[in-house]
Amino acid sequence: MTSNAPLLQYTLLVLFCMTFAARNASAGLFDKLFGDEQPIEVRVVDPYIELHTGAGEGYPVFHVVEKDAWIEILKRKTDWFKVRATSGKEGWVSREQLERTLTPANEYTDIADATKKQFASHRLELGAMGGDFEGGEVMTIYGGFFFTPNLSTEISASKIFFKSSDANMADASLLIHPYPSWRFSPFFTIGTGVIKNEPKSTLVQEKDQTDQLAHVGVGLRVYLARRFIFRAQYKHYVIFESADDKPGNDNNQEIDEWKAGFAFFF
Amino acid sequence: MESRIRVLFLKAAATLALVTSVGIAPLVLAETSEQVVRPEIERREVHEADIDTEDFEVGIFGGLMNVEDFGTNPVYGARAAYHVSEYIFVEGAYARTSTEESSAERLSGFQIVSDRDLDYYNLSFGFNILPGESFIGSKWAFTSDFYVIGGAGSTSFGGNDEFTWNAGFGYRLLVNDWLALRVDARDHVFNVDLLGESKTNHNLEFTGGLSIFF
Repeated sequence: MTSNAPLLQYTLLVLFCMTFAARNASAGLFDKLFGDEQPIEVRVVDPYIELHTGAGEGYPVFHVVEKDAWIEILKRKTDWFKVRATSGKEGWVSREQLERTLTPANEYTDIADATKKQFASHRLELGAMGGDFEGGEVMTIYGGFFFTPNLSTEISASKIFFKSSDANMADASLLIHPYPSWRFSPFFTIGTGVIKNEPKSTLVQEKDQTDQLAHVGVGLRVYLARRFIFRAQYKHYVIFESADDKPGNDNNQEIDEWKAGFAFFF
Repeated sequence: MESRIRVLFLKAAATLALVTSVGIAPLVLAETSEQVVRPEIERREVHEADIDTEDFEVGIFGGLMNVEDFGTNPVYGARAAYHVSEYIFVEGAYARTSTEESSAERLSGFQIVSDRDLDYYNLSFGFNILPGESFIGSKWAFTSDFYVIGGAGSTSFGGNDEFTWNAGFGYRLLVNDWLALRVDARDHVFNVDLLGESKTNHNLEFTGGLSIFF
């Protein structure tokens, strides 16, 4: 019994700590999800700003808030902000108009959005591309991580549709961006991966086959606006055919791939 | 005598009135001037990150999907979208439907496909082309969008994966800021090679769904 006592105490302590941690964590999460109860308020400095019924320029203006009145920012949807006037009226204000208000520190409200500067130096990137893989249609989704503005790594998953088969491909690559601050930023890439070929059910003579591959490539990333990138690339693949994996049998397949698509960065 | 008393009274009353008015006036003034001065409220600095953004939309949908030659059956799916601007969104979707025997199979008695389920996934671009408001009676107004949407993806059917284009249109009605009702009509186009001969299939799908913004 006595030997159990410290254990019990220890368990209680751990439980207490966990509850405390969970409470703090959930409080933080709650604030994040549903917003702080402290309002974010800005002051109108233009003669008036317009409140629309919906988050878009086509929605009619139903109310105006006059100069020197305070408005509370409730939420954001794309480039529109839902605000509450002191009268209690709620409506949507465009970003352009909201930037013509003053913060409590008497500075213009700055909606610091993703910019070309952040394009030059960001951490994460997510995108999708489509194109041609040696006569087949290819679709790719990828995620990238930037170690430095000049060096990033990517993993991607692709689906390729040939006439008589389809294939799944997964690969990992390293990318070098020599000019990350340019709007048209070129890159070079090398990588490796696997490709699994599945013949269509009507062709029974072939069987599923997984092969290793390596690739080199070159491409261009173009900063569009906000957090959007257009991307086009060429890759040359060498697929090491495992079916012919006998010594002296050099039957590797070489494949050219052209792709283009869009990406977001964070 | 009487009149003198009256005069005295009047004098006293006048003095009292004057004293009171003079005494009260500064009080009244003070009160109004105090109201003019705005009480100092501690206002929070504006940080963009503190503003709750609602650019993501996730939802479920269900309806009917016709698979060419294989009947019309219930379809269920899920989708997630990111709203790039008030006009453009990017959406990924996954759905599954079952199929019936084609007339060829029924007549001949042998099965062309062993697995009767069809599922697809795709990535599409949507354009809100007709934003507006919809009215129910005289008291209710809901913001809404009519959109066109199209993209590419993969359809798995009969043991094969087929590259699939999709195109269609839909209507989104926002019940409140974060809840939306959606109706969609979509055509999924792919080449099917079940009998060793390639053929373009059009597969029409009509769905209704619920989605939330966060």
